[in-house]
Amino acid sequence: MPFAEPALIIAGILFLLGAIGVVVRRNLLFVLMSMEVMLNAAGLAFVAASAIHGQADGQVFFLFILPVAAAEVAIGLALAVLLYRKFNTLDLWSISDSAGE
Amino acid sequence: MNHLDSIIFWASSAVSIVATLFVILNKNPFSAVLYLILSLFGISMIFYTLGAPFLAALEIIVYAGAIMVLFLFVVQMLSPAGSPQTQPDLARPRLTQAIMPIVMALVLIIVLGLALMRAGTITTTDGTVVITAQRLGQVLFKKYYLGVELASLILLIGIVGGMHLGRAAAIAEETELDVAIR
Repeated sequence: MPFAEPALIIAGILFLLGAIGVVVRRNLLFVLMSMEVMLNAAGLAFVAASAIHGQADGQVFFLFILPVAAAEVAIGLALAVLLYRKFNTLDLWSISDSAGE
Repeated sequence: MNHLDSIIFWASSAVSIVATLFVILNKNPFSAVLYLILSLFGISMIFYTLGAPFLAALEIIVYAGAIMVLFLFVVQMLSPAGSPQTQPDLARPRLTQAIMPIVMALVLIIVLGLALMRAGTITTTDGTVVITAQRLGQVLFKKYYLGVELASLILLIGIVGGMHLGRAAAIAEETELDVAIR
């Protein structure tokens, strides 16, 4: 209980860092990694809320975040491989330039 | 116990935030994945101090052990994509390269120590309710059984989507080969 509220603040910081990474980075792999960080921060917030109330429900929701993250990573990385085969780069800005012609 | 817990909580928070900073500031995707694994270890230790030992284990097994390894496979497959130098220069090892593995090993050892200390306890001295895997499973399969089915559906969608994308890549390669033969 004494760490639950600081843990919420740390989850907010981690989510912010992940959001900055998604916006700022140009490489698709780093964008996917930043999305993982954001999902983890959301899970940390769920677990912290579960600790505040002393209930197991918040932890159950982290169990639901896990398959979502796994499926997202599987499809996102498959798309990254396809993009790299087609454009020979993972730089999102140059891909968007060449696809927008 | 309480003092020890607060040291562990703040240290692991600092480790996870600094490691996440290294993830988004790194130029090398290979070491960014390793820093992300370190950040997940830190979050796993935060889970321990919040009374979620089962989720702390799952975080390391599923996230760091399965999802991040998938990331590592793809980074290795697309090695020229990220940067010209995707692997650390093993011929000239530097002391700064040893810091990260040392911190990771320390974090893992502390997690193991916490797991052994907390084994079998229900509440800690500071009032944190420790939710065991048994209680978690009861809530999961009694109250949220529909969510379990939806989670399995999401995993099925992931499998079908991954197979479809892989098949599309294989077909594209075959047609390229045909064009090359002609």
